[in-house]
Amino acid sequence: MPVATTSTEQPELFKRRSPIAETWENLRRSWSGMLGITLIVIHLIIALTSPFLIPQDPLEMNSKISNQAPSYEHLLGTDKLGRDVFSRSMVGGRVTIVVTILATMIAVSWGGLAGILFGFLGGRADEVFMRIVDAFLSIPWLLILLLIVSIMGTEMWVQILTFGFTYGVSTIRIARAATLDHVTSDFILAARARGEHKKTIVLKELLPIVLDVILVDGAMNWSWMLLGFTSLSFLGFGVAPPTPDWGSMIAKSRETLAIQPWTVFGPVIMLSTLIIGINLFADAFAKALGLDRSQGAPV
Amino acid sequence: MITLIARRFALALVTIFIISFIVFFGVEALPGDAATAYLGQFATPESLNALREKFGLNAPPLVRYVNWLGDLVKGDLGDSLSRKESVAELIGNRFRNTVVLSIAAALFAVPIAILLGVIAGLTRDKWPDIIISLVAIIGMTLPGFVNATVLVYFFAIKLNWFPAVTLIASDAPVSKLLPNIVLPIITLTFIMVAHILRLVRTNMIDVMMSEYVQMARLKGVSAIRIVFSHALPSAMLPTINIVALTIGWLVGGVAIVEAVFNYPGIGTLMLRAISDKDFPLIQAIAIILSSIFIGINLVADLLTLMLNPRLRTARGH
Repeated sequence: MPVATTSTEQPELFKRRSPIAETWENLRRSWSGMLGITLIVIHLIIALTSPFLIPQDPLEMNSKISNQAPSYEHLLGTDKLGRDVFSRSMVGGRVTIVVTILATMIAVSWGGLAGILFGFLGGRADEVFMRIVDAFLSIPWLLILLLIVSIMGTEMWVQILTFGFTYGVSTIRIARAATLDHVTSDFILAARARGEHKKTIVLKELLPIVLDVILVDGAMNWSWMLLGFTSLSFLGFGVAPPTPDWGSMIAKSRETLAIQPWTVFGPVIMLSTLIIGINLFADAFAKALGLDRSQGAPV
Repeated sequence: MITLIARRFALALVTIFIISFIVFFGVEALPGDAATAYLGQFATPESLNALREKFGLNAPPLVRYVNWLGDLVKGDLGDSLSRKESVAELIGNRFRNTVVLSIAAALFAVPIAILLGVIAGLTRDKWPDIIISLVAIIGMTLPGFVNATVLVYFFAIKLNWFPAVTLIASDAPVSKLLPNIVLPIITLTFIMVAHILRLVRTNMIDVMMSEYVQMARLKGVSAIRIVFSHALPSAMLPTINIVALTIGWLVGGVAIVEAVFNYPGIGTLMLRAISDKDFPLIQAIAIILSSIFIGINLVADLLTLMLNPRLRTARGH
């Protein structure tokens, strides 16, 4: 390397990368992370394009060909009403994915902001609020979901809002804990001394610091929401028939598990690959951001 | 120390109190009320009103909440609407069935998880760890009903070792439950092991790299003694917390496994109560399950405090 460098060349050492680029670089090095991202992207593409690309009409019933084994025409065979399992498995994720992605965004937003706010405010309000949050999180998750769905109904927009609200509660704790780490820092004190509005402190000082924790939690939230949504769907509290949906497909096809296992395994494989993809990504993402995560049981 | 225990206890009670509030008013929000649920859709307004008077449903919600709470404390869970019998009777047998299932699963799951977790931690990144961790990730991330269905496929259908669905009544004696209970136990154990073993593995790895273990190695302590007398006890401490969390998950997750196998437990009862809109039953089950969850967490908290004196300094709440 030449000793004399012109003043316009920056030595390697001091080249600054944005944190986003750095995270992406770290992520690229993890094969499990890239596998996770690939799976997620494949699923998103399938969800968006499948209605136009599937070989058969997922709703078309034909009892003459019910419960057939896989064939060239029906790649995974047919179910008990003669519908093509492959096509149904491909489109079965659309409602699930749309609802869970939108609900996750809502959950992360409201949970993250509430957590930061109360972590920052502290005092009585924080104590009371956290007691209520703890109580809420102590109710068995299935019960809460079932109650809420029974009350609010199974309309898609309603489900997006209710899932978003319910799963946001667990984000509150994470965001608050991360905020508490920084709330006594000097730069916050300085901001307060400068007379900045509380809103500004929350949004401009605390949020950027806590963002990575919230994002990782968001990824996990999506995974848990998929669990919850498909479980409800499995139990019959989800999407109304005849719209194909992975959860209800698995539930309804259990009776033919012995003679035509693909009616069950089609949606199972689709759902499993998505969930595993998200988890692989979340793990690698956390590592790429430099976060140490201990796995907790799902809420 | 006693103040700490008393404080945790009081906190648990406050939490249960808040939950009772959420549960009661959550169920209140369900469309319809006890009268419509009892008499059905075609009841006349007069009979609905008469029933409301009789059940005291016309009183303001807060008054009814206080009455319900008072009854609860006395041990009176009320009467179920759809089945027209006392809630306590309905819950009794099913509760026993679920407890049998859960305790059996937990008794298998914890030792197996510890064993596999230790093996995985000690053989980190080699074949035993890779296989164990892979299976654990699958069991941990997939929904319970997916795990249950796959297990049903292999054990009940392909191998034909166990029945796929339970066909017995809820008040059958435990002996009749046995063949039906095996596959649900296997499923629950599998899921719980998957959750617990990951943490045991992580703790094991951390402990084996700690200075404490390095010192033992330098002293010339044999590998076996290091694992059993030094590493294992240290790794176990945080495990109490995850075991409690997993049992907490169990409180909700067991319902799904019960639904898959049609097992006559409290989970399936809860599902039926919700689709029947049987309010007293829903409220009773909700408060019982939540209290159990809080109770388990309290015990885990106190156990951790007892076993780790460093945590005993009050954190000035």
